[in-house]
Amino acid sequence: MRGALSDLFWRRPKFLLTLMLAPPLLWLGIVYIGSLFALLAQSFFSIDEFSGLINRQFTLKTYGDLFQAANLDIILRTVTMAALVTLASAVIAFPIAYYAARYARGRWKALFYLGVMLPLWSSYLVKIYAWKLILAKEGILTWLLAKLNLLWLLDGWLSLPIVGGNSLSVSFTGTFIVFVYVWLPFMILPVQAALERVPGNLVEASSDLGASPGQTFRNVLFPLALPGIVAGSIFTFSLTLGDYIIPQIIGTSRLFIGQAVYSQQGTAGNIPLAAAFTVVPIVIMGFYLWGAKRMGAFDAL
Amino acid sequence: MRSDRGQSAPLGLKIAAACGLLFLHLPILLIFVYAFTTEEKSFVWPPPGLTTQWFAVTWNRPDVWDALSLSVRVAAISTAIALVLGTLCAAAVSQTRFFGREAISLLVILPIALPGIITGIALRSAFALADIPFSFWTIVLGHATFCVVVVYNNAVARFRRTSGSMIEASMDLGADGFQTFRHVVLPNIATALLAGGMLAFALSFDEVIVTTFTAGQQQTVPIWMLEELIRPRQRPVTNVVAMVVVLVTLLPILLAYYLTRDGDQIAGSGK
Repeated sequence: MRGALSDLFWRRPKFLLTLMLAPPLLWLGIVYIGSLFALLAQSFFSIDEFSGLINRQFTLKTYGDLFQAANLDIILRTVTMAALVTLASAVIAFPIAYYAARYARGRWKALFYLGVMLPLWSSYLVKIYAWKLILAKEGILTWLLAKLNLLWLLDGWLSLPIVGGNSLSVSFTGTFIVFVYVWLPFMILPVQAALERVPGNLVEASSDLGASPGQTFRNVLFPLALPGIVAGSIFTFSLTLGDYIIPQIIGTSRLFIGQAVYSQQGTAGNIPLAAAFTVVPIVIMGFYLWGAKRMGAFDAL
Repeated sequence: MRSDRGQSAPLGLKIAAACGLLFLHLPILLIFVYAFTTEEKSFVWPPPGLTTQWFAVTWNRPDVWDALSLSVRVAAISTAIALVLGTLCAAAVSQTRFFGREAISLLVILPIALPGIITGIALRSAFALADIPFSFWTIVLGHATFCVVVVYNNAVARFRRTSGSMIEASMDLGADGFQTFRHVVLPNIATALLAGGMLAFALSFDEVIVTTFTAGQQQTVPIWMLEELIRPRQRPVTNVVAMVVVLVTLLPILLAYYLTRDGDQIAGSGK
């Protein structure tokens, strides 16, 4: 019996392939894709504003609601934040990735790798909590700035409109810092992978030919690292678009897309609008992934 | 020689890289200090005094134990499901070429490539449409879905390095497909599966966004922490739990790194 089955698999590899693929495809197809379609279907329903009941009839009204000024504001705020976070992550990630790719060897290389992997994998909520401790009014950052006689700098920054607030833990600046912190490792790894593929003698050739370090960076390193940066930006951008916990714990009362989705489906009970809101990051990420693929970023993943 | 110059990094680069790494690690270390602080009400720094009393208080909190137990059970079952599904998928994708192969790897990656809130609300609306009440299994359903990708990634990488000639040799020597799998394929991919399983466990243990949508009234450890962050009851207990969570997630990751380390060096670390 066992031998016969084994022979069957050997003679008919398609049969074995089907048998292997069926469980994961059924699971992901039914549970995941099925749910996504359920969600998408709901975005075409609408809510009866008087009874609060969901009207299960096809309509584009809910999508129209997205274009109300308040909702557009939320989308614009989230996309701006995602773009800024991505930019900052790329700037901070580059030296770490470059050092790890070009100079770190042996034990140091392993240490660098772990040094990026551990924060990447350590608990998301603990990381946010740690920043709550740092950014709180009585926390370590205020203490440090007081020691350095730089409190005027913090107060000046907090008094600015939009980015400021009562303390860093209830301001957009705080939200921005925590976003950058939490997603940074997602940027370092692909950039490092891209830089590993740059031959060292290319950089040396550039300096031999008389280029300054800045020129070498602009004309040699940066273009070659760009697919890695784009690959990393897929994560930093997408994760910022969907997150609702960081702005809820460290941020102002002005909403991000994720928070809008959460409150629409929870307290407001408006599942269609919540569903329509989630379509926004899906569409944005769809275009983003399409553009990234054209730039060859997927090879750098 | 000019090429020797490349051996030592410019000072500016060293400083920038070191600052970046410090930025990544200092906040986590801070958690360890706060777990011992005597301050109960606020986040005041530096700690006015140090104590271990909060460990005892935390130990005697039933809600913490309940959350921990639920988290461990969910993570264990989700990891088991992800191991089966991820390995099957990786074996199929890496060993053969067929139509739709790219689509399948995209399908596996999608649950973590799209923001977690989308997975979460999609599952919730599907449960609502299908009239499925929240339970242990609704959490597992969500977690297993995004855990598949970690097992898959680890297994695919190992399958690619396992040479087909070994399998052919086994067959030539008269082993049937099952014997070959048991004695040749499995020992080769075992450490990769273990590493993938560890990471899947850590991922599930830490997941909060999808869980908020699929848990109903149940509390996993991250949900418990989120609740404490929004409506704090006893801050020192949160500090202690945060420290324990860091330790519990670090161990599987270090182990996973250790298990896949040798293979990565053979592969030349991307060169």
